[in-house]
Amino acid sequence: MPDTQPNLAKPATASAPTTTTTSPVSEHITLRVKDFNAWYGAYQALHNITLNIPSQRVTSLIGPSGCGKSTFLRWINRMNDLVANARAQGVMQLDKDDVLDRAFDVVELRRRVGMVFQKPNPFPKSIYENIAFGPRLHKRFHRSDLDALVEQSLRAAAIWDEVKDRLHNSALGLSGGQQQRLCIARAIAVGPEVLLMDEPCSALDPRSTASVEALIRELRQTFTIVVVTHNMQQAARVSDLTAFFFEGKLIEAGPTDGMFTNPKNKQTEDYVTGRFG
Amino acid sequence: MSAISIRTRRILKNRAFLALCLFSTSATILILALLIASIMVQGSYFLFNSDALSAVFAHGELSQLTKIIRWEFLTNFASRFPEKAGIYAAVIGSLWVCAICALLALPLGIGTAIYLEEFAPKNRWTALVDFNIRNLAGVPSIVYGILGLTAFTRMFGLFGSDKNSALSFGPDNAWWHIQLPFGQGLLAGGLTLMLVVLPIVIISSREALRAVPSSLRQASLAIGATPWQTASKITLPAAIPSILTGAILAMSRAMGEAAPLLVIGIPVFIANTPDNLNDNFTVLPFQIFNWAGRPQESFHQLAASAIVVLLIALICFNGVAVYLRQKLRKPLA
Repeated sequence: MPDTQPNLAKPATASAPTTTTTSPVSEHITLRVKDFNAWYGAYQALHNITLNIPSQRVTSLIGPSGCGKSTFLRWINRMNDLVANARAQGVMQLDKDDVLDRAFDVVELRRRVGMVFQKPNPFPKSIYENIAFGPRLHKRFHRSDLDALVEQSLRAAAIWDEVKDRLHNSALGLSGGQQQRLCIARAIAVGPEVLLMDEPCSALDPRSTASVEALIRELRQTFTIVVVTHNMQQAARVSDLTAFFFEGKLIEAGPTDGMFTNPKNKQTEDYVTGRFG
Repeated sequence: MSAISIRTRRILKNRAFLALCLFSTSATILILALLIASIMVQGSYFLFNSDALSAVFAHGELSQLTKIIRWEFLTNFASRFPEKAGIYAAVIGSLWVCAICALLALPLGIGTAIYLEEFAPKNRWTALVDFNIRNLAGVPSIVYGILGLTAFTRMFGLFGSDKNSALSFGPDNAWWHIQLPFGQGLLAGGLTLMLVVLPIVIISSREALRAVPSSLRQASLAIGATPWQTASKITLPAAIPSILTGAILAMSRAMGEAAPLLVIGIPVFIANTPDNLNDNFTVLPFQIFNWAGRPQESFHQLAASAIVVLLIALICFNGVAVYLRQKLRKPLA
């Protein structure tokens, strides 16, 4: 169960989390990216990104605004297909499947790679319908199986106890933090392998932020998680691996402890110590 | 120039602008009130029974309350004699032709809007289509009458111009009996009105779909919904209240159209309600036009009475649209 009492008394320094029990680098790589370039029209947003995202770990992408981390994230589940003049080139493989291939089923990709957005965006339906919407798209369910799946997803997102008595109320009646956890529950209901989170806590108050961060650490056991954040302290609290982006290039990537205590690159050091950003 | 007089000037300008706005608003309301009042006065002779009116209001006999309105006006057919004339055929014809128009225009218009907004790529061709639709919404409706005449009434002369050489489908007494060319029947009228109303429905439906926040679409696509599933299960339900409002307003426009039906040649005098889709009909605006064009003063009064009925119908339509919009509106984000 996540903490409901965030330890706000502890100073938020850019230090490594003290409770890492698993090795930050796992043997299995879920997402392989090699020489990946992306453009918006004539503007090149990403230059030759090479990065391996390990499975069942939290990887955070940090960097100043406009450095391309959100662009990179949105290419993993091909959400950039919605942008008219976006194109990409290079190698991006999800467990041996080429993500960028035009013939690859984008619908199946998005079932395997879920996304949580910066501003919580629940559907204007009931809480139950929000969670049930995704699974119903992909297969037929008996009512009892669907009920069980909804409960399981809401429990996994640490929001079951708060909503179990009002499943058929509108999701828009929840608070911001609850809505974001609902969106996380909605994303995990379809059974993805990877969860992408684009600044999931930036629209939330500190208490909700703490509960979502605890949830992310918990979900790591089941999913591969990639979090974009412009809050370095959050990256330090939450992630096992960190990748630092700057002006469309990947400057440095490695275990989070090492990145913050002993960065190899001067630019990384300047960013994490707050000299610019 | 001292600071005080600059400040006074600013305040005066503010007051002058407020006064101007108030004047414009009052002038508009005054003109509308005068219009309605004059129509009511002119039309009251054929709408109300004067003896019943005086009985109720002067003597307080409430038993005469239902006799105040001349119901014969609503149930009689048109006649050479003003006292015997009524708008029954016109009302029934209006209802029929608006129903046909709605059944044709709404699915086609809403479907087009969904395609253009959710599925069509955004390039020069779709921009051209969009531009054309917006222009068509502003075309005077009589032009659609000419199109309807050529395409539906005469069908480009493909089936001959003689009424005897027309192709017919279905038994003569069935409601769905159709003759090609459509002639001046209900189907031709409904199709012509559909042409008038279609651009309006497309534009208002597109605006309704655009008003749905894109964050909802992105959320839906991100959990693996296809564009069609997103459009039909998320976007369309969220846009339904606005689409409905637009549809009702488009229908109230269709109900007031006389010019296109004039051009396709609907009969001036009709003494029965339509039996099938190819039968002759008349509509309320056209009946008003007929009566207003006659020299006798009593026909002008009849026209005014019919205008009152039409106005009441339009107010009801718009009222329903506003009520539905308020009732069905709910937050989307």
